[in-house]
Amino acid sequence: MSITTRIGIRLEPRVDNPRWMTWAVPIGSFFAALLVGAVVLVITSQNPISVYQRILERGFLDSGSLSGTFISATPLLFTGLCAAVAFRVGFFNIGGEGQFYVGAVFASGIALALGADAQSWIAVGAMVVAGSIGGALWAFIPGILRARFRTNEIITSLMLNYVAGIGATYLIFESDSFWRELSGSGAVFPKGKIIPLTAQWPSYEIGTLVVPFGLLLGAVVAIWLHVLQRRTRFGYEMRVVGGAPSTARYAGMRPSRVIVVVAMLSGAFAGLGGAADVGNFRHVLDPKGLQQSGFGYAGIVVAALARLNPLAVVFVAIILGGITNAGYALQGPDFPAGLVGTLQGLILFCTLGGEVLVRYRIVNTRRTNRAAVAA
Amino acid sequence: MTTDVNSKAVTAPAVAAFGISKRFPGVIANDDVNFDVRVGEVHALLGENGAGKTTLSNILTGLYRPDSGHLEMAGVPVSFQSPRDAIAAGIGMVHQHFRLIPTFTVAENIALGSPLAGERRLLRMGLIEQRIRELGEQFELHVDPGARIWQLSVGEQQRVEILKVLYRNATTLIMDEPTAVLTPLEADALTATLRSLTDQGRSVIFISHKLGEVLSVADRITVLRQGRSVATFEAAGSTRESLANVMVGRDVKKVERLGTGALPGAPVVLQVQGLSADGDRGIQALDSVSFQVRGGEILAVAGVAGNGQRELVEVLAGLRPRSSGQIDVDGEVMDRADARHPIRMGVAYVPQDRLGTGLAPDLSIAENLVLKRYRRPPIARPPFLRTSVIDAEAEDLMTQFDVRAPSSQTPTRRLSGGNVQKVLLAREMSGNPKVLVVSTPTQGLDIGAVATVHQLLLDAAASGVGILLVSEDLDEVLALADRVIVMYEGAITGTVDAADATVASIGMLMGGGASAEEIA
Repeated sequence: MSITTRIGIRLEPRVDNPRWMTWAVPIGSFFAALLVGAVVLVITSQNPISVYQRILERGFLDSGSLSGTFISATPLLFTGLCAAVAFRVGFFNIGGEGQFYVGAVFASGIALALGADAQSWIAVGAMVVAGSIGGALWAFIPGILRARFRTNEIITSLMLNYVAGIGATYLIFESDSFWRELSGSGAVFPKGKIIPLTAQWPSYEIGTLVVPFGLLLGAVVAIWLHVLQRRTRFGYEMRVVGGAPSTARYAGMRPSRVIVVVAMLSGAFAGLGGAADVGNFRHVLDPKGLQQSGFGYAGIVVAALARLNPLAVVFVAIILGGITNAGYALQGPDFPAGLVGTLQGLILFCTLGGEVLVRYRIVNTRRTNRAAVAA
Repeated sequence: MTTDVNSKAVTAPAVAAFGISKRFPGVIANDDVNFDVRVGEVHALLGENGAGKTTLSNILTGLYRPDSGHLEMAGVPVSFQSPRDAIAAGIGMVHQHFRLIPTFTVAENIALGSPLAGERRLLRMGLIEQRIRELGEQFELHVDPGARIWQLSVGEQQRVEILKVLYRNATTLIMDEPTAVLTPLEADALTATLRSLTDQGRSVIFISHKLGEVLSVADRITVLRQGRSVATFEAAGSTRESLANVMVGRDVKKVERLGTGALPGAPVVLQVQGLSADGDRGIQALDSVSFQVRGGEILAVAGVAGNGQRELVEVLAGLRPRSSGQIDVDGEVMDRADARHPIRMGVAYVPQDRLGTGLAPDLSIAENLVLKRYRRPPIARPPFLRTSVIDAEAEDLMTQFDVRAPSSQTPTRRLSGGNVQKVLLAREMSGNPKVLVVSTPTQGLDIGAVATVHQLLLDAAASGVGILLVSEDLDEVLALADRVIVMYEGAITGTVDAADATVASIGMLMGGGASAEEIA
């Protein structure tokens, strides 16, 4: 008797997967996650239905809640795009985190350098450009190392996160840098200089809804990326390089060059996220706050849930942003902050588990065995 | 220790299958398969790719369980829950791709996974080596048990695989395409081994899709078609044609060489002089190779895989740097190791690894068809691609090359092997090449698709393209080529006119034997 027989389950690869599964499985996985989450909530003596109801209300339905959700979603949108574009070509950029910091450093730097006299649109435009360049340069390092020396980008990009984090900390806490506020309370408690009002990004009010400029910019970037991937020559190269690197070489493409460019594009998205974080929300370079948020890593989750599709990244970022936002509202003495993270983890876990169902089908071997023995 | 396999009194078949069926989602891999293997016979399972041979061997070796039907061994019903059960019952599998650890010795490989000899489960290599020598004597399978696998030739490695299953007391050996990796001389040695096995009462199930070798090796032949066992024949009294017709269920048109190939005055479209290149490990793989191809000519490169053919085509396609030598395409020097350069000069290339190198499997047929032309108008209007042009061209090419698929938007990974090859040929010919380099163009294809691909190659030659055909299939070489060059260890061991060539003469050259002149 083999082990497979005792367990009674085998996975057989699917010859072909029906079309409805591509959307039904992720949605089913999402509800499965809520179901498992309910068990966790019951164990921690919460009422799952009322918790989910509160998440829905605080994340999306209550007045003003969607505006808060948009704030939480904006950085996730950029880091989600960062991971989605890179993973598509098989460049596993785990460095969105560090690229986000560097983008924030560059954007806050240019805003402070331009000063209060610059016109608003120039200041905001300069931050967008500087943030992208900062992120792109930081991602260029693992990109070129992979292209030239075949180093593993997962390791190099991850390590550079710490370098960027320590570097940003150094600017505010360890030195009298240009970014650090040295007058007033800043002389006692280290903190960054606040960027001038003219450099602060606008938010648009639509009725009661407040839409930050960063979110709109992210949505435009997502659409731009979608068009780039589906309609352009470079996007075609990206898809061939990502799916079949040796075919790309055979067709005369240069996979290393494509990968370096995509790495920089990916870093630019994360860097833009850093710029939006400074421009739209914090208005200051805050290394501790950035490192606590972990937007870069959360972006990998967003990209995975969106199946690397840029347009889906927008929606996933808003949903996860809503859950995060609701988490702030829910946490308190009776509701540990970790529970919301647990729920997000379960959603990822179930969605990735659902992928197995798309590729394989489960066969009950006990039944077939009995049939074979009977025959 | 051994069962009484020598007893001729046993009348029940060694292995018999009754009504074996196995379904996978959307596919009936085996459908009511019946056959029986007599004690001491070589029984061939003959079928095209996809006829159900692999599924059947997986059922016989306990990897899959049949949905219905059952197996009997020596008249007793058996049901295998796992490969371990099948091994215990005396069934041994000799895989096409060897399952050996290169850095282990022969004895260590054989001991691996076998029940341990001796008491207290100690690994006693002395005893194991002794037993291997005895088996080697008994079946004339001579291999040094202390040799390491990487030191052995392919033929010797196969002997180790056979010894491995004999060591586990297999009475019935299943061999999956055993000659696919062998030279003709090694294949002859294998035939002798099979005789020695059956003379001593072992039975062999010989899986193949090659008609010629099945007829020469087997006692009886069961033909599989679309998962069903169609018929069983005595090998004596069968012919290639009769088997081929049963195998595909229709009359197969034999390829006739159209015309006489290149006219004497046709221009030389590909000239290669003194070409040398290194292999993947930095060791010289191509040793001063020279030849030329005229427009409209098919020049075949014959040889056992791994004798420099891959390196040759990769250099021609700009995918591998050369260490010396010159290549001229239609009178122009090709001087850069860069895949774009040959494409621009008119060198089309159909690689051996069709889905892994020739196509992007996840992209659609339409997108794959422009893989080499996407950079320039009319396909591109930088920075954009013109989807409407791509789709329209795809429809045309699919009609012209008879690509059968639900639509031009179907991903190429969904296509059958024959249609994959048609997409590749359609794309390569759509670039109006001067030279077409094709590597093992019909490997793994079914007979119908083989005929189509052959016809497409002949059409290409007729239109004036010079074709360099790399193939291990001598029947194909002889059917298509005007001239044949044979490669052995990176060098050309002989050039023969297809009209004068025979399988035997080319086979000698493939094994590094005497050149054609010396035979004559």
